[in-house]
Amino acid sequence: MPRFQARVLVQLRPSVLDPAGEATRAAAQRLGVDGITHLRIGKAVELELDAPDEAEARRRVELLSDRLLANPVIENWTLELSQS
Amino acid sequence: MTIGVVVFPGSNCDRDVRWATEGCLGHPTRYLWHENRDLSGLEAVVLPGGFSYGDYLRCGAIARFAPVLESLRDFASQGGRVLGICNGFQVLTELGLLPGALTRNRHLHFICESTPLAVVSDRTPWLATCARDDQFSLPIAHGEGRFQCSDDTLKKLQDDDAIALRYCRNPNGSVADIAGITNVQGNVLGLMPHPERACDPVTGSTAGRAILEALLS
Repeated sequence: MPRFQARVLVQLRPSVLDPAGEATRAAAQRLGVDGITHLRIGKAVELELDAPDEAEARRRVELLSDRLLANPVIENWTLELSQS
Repeated sequence: MTIGVVVFPGSNCDRDVRWATEGCLGHPTRYLWHENRDLSGLEAVVLPGGFSYGDYLRCGAIARFAPVLESLRDFASQGGRVLGICNGFQVLTELGLLPGALTRNRHLHFICESTPLAVVSDRTPWLATCARDDQFSLPIAHGEGRFQCSDDTLKKLQDDDAIALRYCRNPNGSVADIAGITNVQGNVLGLMPHPERACDPVTGSTAGRAILEALLS
């Protein structure tokens, strides 16, 4: 059965305040790195799975992302999927 | 008339709740291990504070799949009283029994202090012994207590009279100063403050007793 690699990027929705991102942006300024106008912190989840085909692999990871990896009330997610 | 207190790996207020309900208020109370599905004989269930399953992924995200919570869904839909305190509130939102989500405090600090609250709704049994705009203080202790929801959800909470408590001085950036909400039916309450820490006079306050008495009222 083919093996797929997936990377799910979970980010706070644009409307949700990201205080950790704001603090990091302030620290970047103190480091002397200028010009950063936008900084948001999310998380990346990497996983591998075996599935009969790409459509099925995508279906499973989309379900996982929607129901567990992200909370749709406050977060958005995007998926990158490729066959190993 | 027995109260159940759910114990997840990482719960740390389960004993405080039991001391409050049984030791201070005299109501029979038993622990419910998270793998236990049997809620028979219980009048009310409390989800205590702490860090269930290490709060991995998001606060309450893993706890949502605990066997005990499958039973809790039915228990709540049949009108059983469910109280989620702090981490328990986070679990209830992840579970979908209450709307919204709890996110990182605005100023990133973990806050541990007594904070003044105001009663927004006395519609449900939880605050039926209070009047609207009554004020009292309860301890808060959280790093992720900023209540967050969409404008539509906020309007629905307001229209349903489902906002139970608000902060008098918003400590964490919560939308509309929200400290606690109920479901529409009123049998489920989630709040960030800790009523169980204000039941024993030796801790300096008994302001939390009314909410815990409502578990069996």
